[in-house]
Amino acid sequence: MRVNWELRGSRLFLYLGGELDHHAAHQALVEISGALDEHMPLHCVLDLSGLTFMDSSGIAVVLGTYRRLKSYGGELTVAKVPNHAAKVLTMAGVDRIVPIGAVVPSS
Amino acid sequence: MKILNEMKLEFLSRSANEALARSAASQFAAQLDPTLEELGDIKTSVSEAVTNAVVHAYPDSLGIIRLQARVLEGGILEITVRDKGVGIEDIDQARTPLYTTGGEERSGMGFTIMESFMDRLRVRSAAGRGTTVVMRKRVMPRLLR
Repeated sequence: MRVNWELRGSRLFLYLGGELDHHAAHQALVEISGALDEHMPLHCVLDLSGLTFMDSSGIAVVLGTYRRLKSYGGELTVAKVPNHAAKVLTMAGVDRIVPIGAVVPSS
Repeated sequence: MKILNEMKLEFLSRSANEALARSAASQFAAQLDPTLEELGDIKTSVSEAVTNAVVHAYPDSLGIIRLQARVLEGGILEITVRDKGVGIEDIDQARTPLYTTGGEERSGMGFTIMESFMDRLRVRSAAGRGTTVVMRKRVMPRLLR
């Protein structure tokens, strides 16, 4: 599991890569929270295109990121979601809370 | 139903083994020539079942988790995940979407995902004796797709 980030103006881009499961979720949330607390961006884009696997742990990571941003008025967009991760997120109704961008083929 | 092939894997309830379990199940399922989507469904469901056992079955210790995968007649994949942990007191409650006792990092969607990604899900549990989850999925033969 990898978490990389890049600040572009007032937007923070977070890139998740590898396998996002229960084993990786805690560390991912710690790293995401660290980046958010440091920059407090008004808009954050969570780019999931690097994920090769995601189970329901990804739901908790997306919603955890959303709640942290919302606590100070920031907004979250989820972008470049691999097919399979999109299936998991929409099943949980996450797309009704957080905008889910383009779906890309699973790698 | 006739068993055409079978594998068993036993491991400690450490979260690092979640990836091992789903990879093994997915490699085993490959003989049925599943689509990428079917393979994703199988991997995710195994991950959910094993994660449940890692998180809930042995709250204060480590224990053994057993994964069994079978190919049954008719292109059916059967996955069994078994632990000898604390058991689930109320299975209906545990299967309710969004219900979790796992805290911030869990979503309560594990059983819901297993139910909808697989064709059949059976959960048996006894307090203090452990939990067994059996899932089946029919992998469509290529010619019928």
